[in-house]
Amino acid sequence: MSKLEIKDLRVQVQTEDGPKEILKGVTLTIKDGETHAIMGPNGSGKSTLAYSIAGHPRYEVTGGTVLLDGEDVLSMTVDERARAGLFLAMQYPVEVPGVSVANFLRTAKTAIDGEAPKLRTWTKDVNAVMERMNLDATFSQRSVNEGFSGGEKKRHEIAQLDLLDPKVAVLDETDSGLDIDALKVVSDGVNRFRERDGKGVLLITHYTRILRYIKPDYVHVFVDGRVADEGGPELADELEANGYEKYLATA
Amino acid sequence: MTAAVLNDALEQGHVESHLHPEPTYDVDAHPVPSGREEIWRFTPLKRLRGLLDGAPSDSHLDIKEELPAGVTVTTISTEEAKALGVTPAFDRLGALAVANAGGAILVDVAAEADLDGPVRLLLSGASVDDVVWGHLVLRVGAHSRATILVEHTGSTTFDAFTTVLVGDGAQLDLVHVNDWADDAVHAEQINIRVGRDATLRQFEFTLGGDLVRTSTNVDYAGPGGSAELFGLYFADAGQHFEHRLFVDHNAPKTKSHVVYKGALQGAKAHTVWIGNVLIRKVAEGIETFEENRNLVLTDGCHADSVPNLEIETGEIAGAGHASAVGRFDDEQLFYLRSRGISEPEARRLVVHGFFNDLIRRVGVPELEEKLLATVEDELAKNVLKELV
Repeated sequence: MSKLEIKDLRVQVQTEDGPKEILKGVTLTIKDGETHAIMGPNGSGKSTLAYSIAGHPRYEVTGGTVLLDGEDVLSMTVDERARAGLFLAMQYPVEVPGVSVANFLRTAKTAIDGEAPKLRTWTKDVNAVMERMNLDATFSQRSVNEGFSGGEKKRHEIAQLDLLDPKVAVLDETDSGLDIDALKVVSDGVNRFRERDGKGVLLITHYTRILRYIKPDYVHVFVDGRVADEGGPELADELEANGYEKYLATA
Repeated sequence: MTAAVLNDALEQGHVESHLHPEPTYDVDAHPVPSGREEIWRFTPLKRLRGLLDGAPSDSHLDIKEELPAGVTVTTISTEEAKALGVTPAFDRLGALAVANAGGAILVDVAAEADLDGPVRLLLSGASVDDVVWGHLVLRVGAHSRATILVEHTGSTTFDAFTTVLVGDGAQLDLVHVNDWADDAVHAEQINIRVGRDATLRQFEFTLGGDLVRTSTNVDYAGPGGSAELFGLYFADAGQHFEHRLFVDHNAPKTKSHVVYKGALQGAKAHTVWIGNVLIRKVAEGIETFEENRNLVLTDGCHADSVPNLEIETGEIAGAGHASAVGRFDDEQLFYLRSRGISEPEARRLVVHGFFNDLIRRVGVPELEEKLLATVEDELAKNVLKELV
C-alpha cells in the first residue's frame, strides 16, 4: 500500500525582502498505484512542492499536512522520509566528489533496508539496472554526478529509483534537458517502477512530451502556488494545444 | 657551491621578496624570529619546545629501512651534503638542522634504475623530551624511476632538513606520512631540485602531532621539469599543522601543480597553508596552478590559506590559484540524506570523498589503499566517534 496525502500545504522561503509564500494551500492525494502529473508554468511552485515533500531546509512549511500511509511526513528528518518510502528524483542532482556511484548506491541501499544488501545479488542488480539505463560498466566507479552529462545525471536518478524501490516517487522535471533517446530510456525506467505493486508517482513537468511515454492517471495544473485545474490525461492534451494562458489570465 | 655561485651559474639574480628569504646555511644569517616575520607569523613559536635555541643533541629517531635493489644508504658529512649543490636553508630551523645533525643520511637511487618496489624509511621517536636534528639527502639518478616513502611515527621534538635531487629525466614519487603521536613536534624543510625533463610527484600526509611545520621548496635544474605537490591533513583539537610551499620557476617550460586539502575538527585545531610561486624572467612557457581546500567540521577551528603568485615574465602558458575554507555543503548533505543516508553517515561520506578525490591521484594502487586505510582510521578515530 502507498498513499500520499497532501492537505492545504503552505510553504514559504526567506528572501532579501523577507519571507515569501510560494505554496498557498496545495491539496492532492496520490492513492495506491496512481501516477499524477503536475504541470505548470515556470515559477508556479512545482519544484517547491517537490523539495518541501523531501524536506529541503530552504523551504519552511507554515501550514498543512503531508501524510504517507497515514504517517506525518513533515515531522520526519530528510533521511527518515527517504527511509519511510519517499524518493525525489532531482532536477539538478548534486556532485559529491570522491564518492563513487557504487559506494553511494550501496550506502543508500543499506540505509533504506536497514541492512547491507547481499553482495552477489546486489552487484548483479546494479549491473542490470545500469545496463537498462544505458550507462556503461565504468559508470559505477565515477564520482557521484561529477562530470556527468545532463542525460547521465537523470538516468542515474532513475537507476536509484529502480534500486532503492520507494513507495512514492516524486520526479522533478526529470525530462528537462533530455534528448529523445534519453527521454525514452528514462521513461522506460519510470514505467518499470510503475509496474511494481502499488507504487505512486508524482511527475512534475513543464512540457507535455514526457506524458506521451508515461501515461498519468490524473493531471493537475499548478499556477501561483495552487492547483488551478485538475482532470484526466485529456487535460494534458488540452494544455499542449492551448498552453497555460487561460490560467495565467485569471490568476 | 654557495648560493651566489649557484645563482651566477644559472644566470639569475636574487629576487627581493619578503615571502622567501635568501637561502643560506649560516645560522646567524637567519635572525631568531620574533613571530612577526612573514614566514613565522602563523607559527606558535613557544610550542616548538626550544628548537629555535638550537641546543645540540645526540638523540636520534629509530630508523627502519626497506631498500629494493639499486638503492644504497650511506652516511656522509655535512660538508659533503652541502657540496651536492641544492638550495641551502630558507629559515633558521633549516639551518639549525644542518648545523646540529652532525652529518647526513644519503639515500642513493642508481641512475637508470627502475625500482621494483618502494624505498621505505620508517622513522619513529621515543619521547617528546628528545630533541632530534635530522639531515637527509635523497638522490635519484638520471632516468631512474623510484617511489620513496618516508613515514614518521611516535613522539619526538624533531627538526629536519631534507634535500631531494631528482636527476635529469628521472621520475620520483615521494611520499611523506606524518602520523605522529599527539605530543610530537616536527619541523622540516624539504628542498627539492627537479632535473631537466624530470618528473616529481610529492605526497604529504599530515595526520598527527602537536605541531607540524613543513616547508617544501622546489626549483629546477633545467627546462622541462614537472613538480606535482599533493597534500592532505587532518587536524584535531589543539593541533597546529602548517604546510608551506614555494615553487621557484627558475627555468623555462617547467610545470608545477599544487593541491593541498585539509579537514579540521575540535577546539583550536589550526592549519596553515602557504603557497608561494615565483615565476622568474627566464621562466618562459611555464605552467603553474595551486589549490588549497579546507573543510571545517566543527566550531572553534581555524584554517589559514594564503596563495601568493609573483610573476616576472608575461610569457607563460598558464598560472592560477584557488583557495577555500568552508563547512559542509548543505546541498551535498541534502542529496545524500534524501537517499536515506543518516546525517553522520552523509558527513562521513563527504569527508571520505573530499580526501579520496586527492588520494586517487596517487595512481599507485598499493599506496592508494594504504592511504585510504589511514584516512579511514582517522575518520573512525574522529568523525565517527564525534557523530555516531
